[in-house]
Amino acid sequence: MTTVRFNALSVSSRRDILHRLRPTAAWALAPAAAVLLAFWLLPLAQLVVLGGQHRDGGDSGYWQVLNSAQYLGSLAQTCVLAAVVTGAALLVGGISGVFLARQQFFGRSALVALLTFPLAFPGVVVGFLVILLAGRQGLFAALGMELAGERWVFAYSLMGLFLGYLYFSIPRVILTVMAACESLDRSLEEAARSLGAGHWRVVCDVIVPGLAPALVSCGAICFATSMGAFGTAFTLGTRLNVTPVAIYNVFTNYANFTVAAALSVILGAVTWAVLLLARRLAGQSGTVL
Amino acid sequence: MKRSTLFFAQLVFTLLVCAFMLVPVLLSLLAGLTRNYFVGVSGGLTLDWLVQVWQAYSPTVWLSLQLAVSCAVCVCVIGVPAAYALVRMNNRFSRAFEELMVLPVAMPGLASALALLLTYGQFGELRRSWLFILVGHVLFTLPFLVRPVMAVMQRQQLPTLEEAAASLGAGPIKRFFSVVVPNCRAGILAGVLMVVTLSLGEFNLTWMLHTPMTKTLPVGLADSYASARLEVASAYTLIFLLMIVPLLIALQAISARLSRGERR
Repeated sequence: MTTVRFNALSVSSRRDILHRLRPTAAWALAPAAAVLLAFWLLPLAQLVVLGGQHRDGGDSGYWQVLNSAQYLGSLAQTCVLAAVVTGAALLVGGISGVFLARQQFFGRSALVALLTFPLAFPGVVVGFLVILLAGRQGLFAALGMELAGERWVFAYSLMGLFLGYLYFSIPRVILTVMAACESLDRSLEEAARSLGAGHWRVVCDVIVPGLAPALVSCGAICFATSMGAFGTAFTLGTRLNVTPVAIYNVFTNYANFTVAAALSVILGAVTWAVLLLARRLAGQSGTVL
Repeated sequence: MKRSTLFFAQLVFTLLVCAFMLVPVLLSLLAGLTRNYFVGVSGGLTLDWLVQVWQAYSPTVWLSLQLAVSCAVCVCVIGVPAAYALVRMNNRFSRAFEELMVLPVAMPGLASALALLLTYGQFGELRRSWLFILVGHVLFTLPFLVRPVMAVMQRQQLPTLEEAAASLGAGPIKRFFSVVVPNCRAGILAGVLMVVTLSLGEFNLTWMLHTPMTKTLPVGLADSYASARLEVASAYTLIFLLMIVPLLIALQAISARLSRGERR
């Protein structure tokens, strides 16, 4: 029996074997598919429907959001903040990442390890760290007292939020840039140098285009994380007018489920659109996450 | 070896970035151990705050550990077969499914939590139990296990090994447990560590899904930041860091080993 099967297998091509194994493979996907369907797709559909419902004979949730200067303002502010954070993180992380990937020196791996730890810090902790840095009793307050005779406090404003988002975006960019540098062809740089290109020319014309796909996809992730970061904003104060905080306030303080659902759907749609756009720009090479 | 000025400029820049990442953490460690933060270290060091935090918040630590371990188990049970299926199928459907799986991570956590809450919040029993939080954590962490496991599976010569096992008469289930799983242990381990780390620190979903009876560590942290004095909040953060940093060190060691394997 075994010999017969063995003969049959050796005759059939490899492609046939894959075909034979495929139905089993699809079954292995079933548990994950069930969980995603029940706890992700179904609730999401519910959220989308709920956002379109009319409450107390008024307008639908989406219409209320799109007609309100306050909600639109918070959406715009969130987008601009996320974009600025993404730009700053790409610049800072790009410089450090290329440096760490290219140079060998004593203590380099320790430096890389230290720089990538904060990747796993939750938003609340990052918010607290910003308070320690720039809060009322923070480091900058003490420094300002020393130097200018006044406390420098900017943790509870958009500036504090910017610092917090930057804090958890930089490690991600550094990791991505370091990985992308490994696959960069160094001979291109040497060729450019030997043709007389200065350092800046090499950076602008060789290194940045080479890293572009990685930068675009990583930038999109940073943007998405900054759009949805609730913990940091929550720690720094619920007065900040960014969309996650607005959703939270609408949901808990006013129990207005339709508007909360509509805001969530719009925030999710914007985030997803940016991720898709980045995918289109960067091609399939960039990894999400 | 002679270094250029550019090298030193970049080094100083990187060290400044490092300072930005580390100084607040050190401040927090210091604040959690000093008797009075406003007086400074000269006021003396103490472990009183840590004891006080442990007395007030230790249930949150245990619940978070319970959640993280259960989450890792659940994600393994559904994630490893899923990764196997995705690698094996490798067609348009599997790529679409992968996309779908990553969506809960890409979406703002608050939106996912709201969706779960508005759909399943009416079932009081589920709403009140910690399993509700577990559902959110599993959704959020699933791709972080599936991705590394898929990467390892793609590198191994799994089809060849499986062919050999099949030709010797091993059925699909036997093949999965005796060929597929042992060959991607490193990927599973890396994924599990990542899942535990993320689950311990998850806040965006958990804040919406928790009840006063099911407070996790990050929820307790947010509470203490809002209401407790700075030293207590710092001591609490210190406990959190003590839990999470060993995991991160292990994770870095494993991913270094994995990438060495890739280059070989």
